[in-house]
Amino acid sequence: MAADTLFHRITDYAHRADPYPFYAELREAGVARQEDGSYLVGTYHEIEALLHDPRISSDRRNRTVPDETAAAEQGLPPAFIGLDDPEHHRLRRLTMRSFGPPHTPDRIAGMHDEITRIVKDLLAGFVDKERIDVVDDFAYPLPVTVICRLLGVPIEDEPRFRAWSDAIVAGIDPTPGEDPTERPRAAAEARKEMGLYLGELAEKRRAHPSDDMLSAFVSDSADGQLTPLEIMTTSVLLLIAGHETTVNLITNGVLTLLRHPDELARLRGEPALMPRAVEELLRYEPPVQMLPQRTPLADIEVAGVTVPKGAPLILMLASGNRDPRRFCDPDRFDPTREDNQHLGFGSGIHNCFGAPLARLEAQIALHELIQHLDTPRLVEDPPPYRRSPVLRGPRHLLLAPGRDDAQRGR
Amino acid sequence: MQGEPREGRIVVVGASLAGLRAAEALRDAGFVGSLTLIGEEPQPPYDRPPLSKQVLLGKVSADRTGLPQRRRVDAQWRLGVRAIGLDPIGKEVLLADGEKVPFDRLLIATGTRARPWPKPAEATLDGVFTLRTGEDAGRLAERLDAGPERVLVIGAGFTGSEIASACRERGLAVTVAERGPAPLVGALGGTLGALAAKLQRAHGVDLRCGVTVTELEGDGRLTGARFSDGSRIDADVAVVALGAVRNTEWLAESGLAAGPRGVTCDAGCRAFDMYGIVTDDVFAAGDVARFPHPLFEYQLLSLEHWGNAVAQAEVAAHNMVNPGPRRRPHLTVPAFWSSQFGLNIKSVGVPTFSDQVVIAQGSLKDARLVAVYGYRGRVTAAVSVNQAKALEYYERLIETAAPFPPAPGAADRIESPVPVPSDVPDPKTLSHGPTVALTGHLPDRRLTLVQPAR
Repeated sequence: MAADTLFHRITDYAHRADPYPFYAELREAGVARQEDGSYLVGTYHEIEALLHDPRISSDRRNRTVPDETAAAEQGLPPAFIGLDDPEHHRLRRLTMRSFGPPHTPDRIAGMHDEITRIVKDLLAGFVDKERIDVVDDFAYPLPVTVICRLLGVPIEDEPRFRAWSDAIVAGIDPTPGEDPTERPRAAAEARKEMGLYLGELAEKRRAHPSDDMLSAFVSDSADGQLTPLEIMTTSVLLLIAGHETTVNLITNGVLTLLRHPDELARLRGEPALMPRAVEELLRYEPPVQMLPQRTPLADIEVAGVTVPKGAPLILMLASGNRDPRRFCDPDRFDPTREDNQHLGFGSGIHNCFGAPLARLEAQIALHELIQHLDTPRLVEDPPPYRRSPVLRGPRHLLLAPGRDDAQRGR
Repeated sequence: MQGEPREGRIVVVGASLAGLRAAEALRDAGFVGSLTLIGEEPQPPYDRPPLSKQVLLGKVSADRTGLPQRRRVDAQWRLGVRAIGLDPIGKEVLLADGEKVPFDRLLIATGTRARPWPKPAEATLDGVFTLRTGEDAGRLAERLDAGPERVLVIGAGFTGSEIASACRERGLAVTVAERGPAPLVGALGGTLGALAAKLQRAHGVDLRCGVTVTELEGDGRLTGARFSDGSRIDADVAVVALGAVRNTEWLAESGLAAGPRGVTCDAGCRAFDMYGIVTDDVFAAGDVARFPHPLFEYQLLSLEHWGNAVAQAEVAAHNMVNPGPRRRPHLTVPAFWSSQFGLNIKSVGVPTFSDQVVIAQGSLKDARLVAVYGYRGRVTAAVSVNQAKALEYYERLIETAAPFPPAPGAADRIESPVPVPSDVPDPKTLSHGPTVALTGHLPDRRLTLVQPAR
């Protein structure tokens, strides 16, 4: 029964609110071969080793059975997240030049005040609201605004790229059982349109450069240059990865803190704990639950199982993060956890490019939010989740902000 | 061991990285007795890696590299005084100021010092430096600030190469003299040594290999140097980077197995006496220790690595306060890094414990690569150049004694993966000491014993 395979149960929308029992089952199974020939790995040490294994490709074109996503994406080549070294390194390095050290060491740290201002503006909008949707009112607009400023994309165009982004994210879901061609095709189409849109924006910067990444992409540099096509694929990646993940990090964070009121109270009193709390959130409820696009370039042995060359290899990061062989009491949310080398940002050469930005946004957002709200209460638990089993998080998270209660108490 | 292992008196001789981390680990492990740290230098423990990099570049001043203390160690600090002897029967450390410090357990963490220029009259010329301490680095940085005409670096090991790199970054003219065939060859072998030579020259270093400096000239003040090939240069600064000398002289009468190659200890950091009998109250850690490592056929290793000092200190501390069955071995895979000439170089394992090497990823041409070293068909080391993220995988191969050469399929393998001889030179042919010394016969049959240099 295909519908009963472990992967079906993990990705089944009915279990989105709590996939963790299935991850435990996966860890018991070791490496789990699925009927479609893909392999799931859910134990920490094996995932960690595979993330560093040069025999593992991130390029879907290395799959023995070409998947539909790869076929459909012929219109626009893969961005560096889907490439191997040395191409991956060249593109990532050229992109990093305008984002982080050594050429731009202060870009992210320098956004601290601006992020705080954006967060405070959003919080100011909570006034008089009896219901707050953490997603729509807070966790989504923040990273979108930030990544738009960073890249140099007009925030007014948000509705346009939101539609594209939704289609692209739907395209990477490995949910079995649906028409296997339709979503990837729509995703490829959206990617192409988004790429053209961003490529045009970048071209305009050539004549009118400003202090954003698109301008940096078209400016001359001694150590190489992104081609117009590479600017398109790279900016699509950054725009999407820059907000589709952080929204879940923040929302999962709020949900987790509200489910652990003692820890919330502690963080409110000890703001210095917040960076560690965010690391624990990345372990406990990671926004990226799995990496679905790895492929071995040779037959490799993982925990006694041979994964054949060219097979789809799916690394379940969220499962590795709860592996009791790595983390003591892994199902406990502990914002003071020591030795927290989680897999929330992956590891190895594809280690999350935007991690410093995601950390800063989440730290500021959660800090300001819990200082702002007195006694927030969850209206619905569990909340409704987004479709994606890969980028997992609530679609809405309704809060009663708690001010009314406080006023009544006076 | 007298009384409870978590009580009594522990003395740590050596107040640098290993000494400090051991002291912290002792308190972490619940040691509640008295703790004394004895250090020759007057200042609290500081970090050395920045001294040949950021400090020489003027980015950080030499007195700003203090080591962060990770916890209160609640110790008596005896700084600015040297230990000059050890009475193993009376269990006392003798200090240069005449005092005797009694102990129940002792940790030897006295590290190394720079090997001085062998001719004292030349070594004292104004303009001749070594680089080991913060004070050294401060004085040298000051001299570089003044804009010397030409700097001579004697020895192209890691320290010498980093000094040359810093000088070039400052725009100073630099001559590097190396007795061996290439820079870094003593640590990395011939293939990467050749790459290092190419890079140094591309960065404008006047690199002279296969020569020794025969004379430092000057009359009170350095003016130039003569080489074994008959040539000479004008130079107003010379940095002697001939490797390190282990600080073991104070143990000469102690009866311990202590000599120029270090203090020999077991895998649990317990020192041996001169008859090869293990002590149970004297431990060693850091650069001064010389210990057997199972991954390298239990050969005794002496390492001058930052990470080793930390890891070994923690094992030593643990074993000092735990009974036999709870003790742990120091099995860490050796690792070190360097930054020079725009390159980030990282190493795991022991590259000199090899007979072959293969460029497993990347290419020499791009100066971005992983070189993997093998000995008799198994992986024993890997060195990355500007590709550090790849190294963890190879560390695992070393730990599991995986077959060499590593299996094909590496995502970015460009150059033909044919192993070539690793060309590890006999340490005798180097002007600097190797930062890893295998103190038995080296795997490459052309190699013999590590000699106390010069």
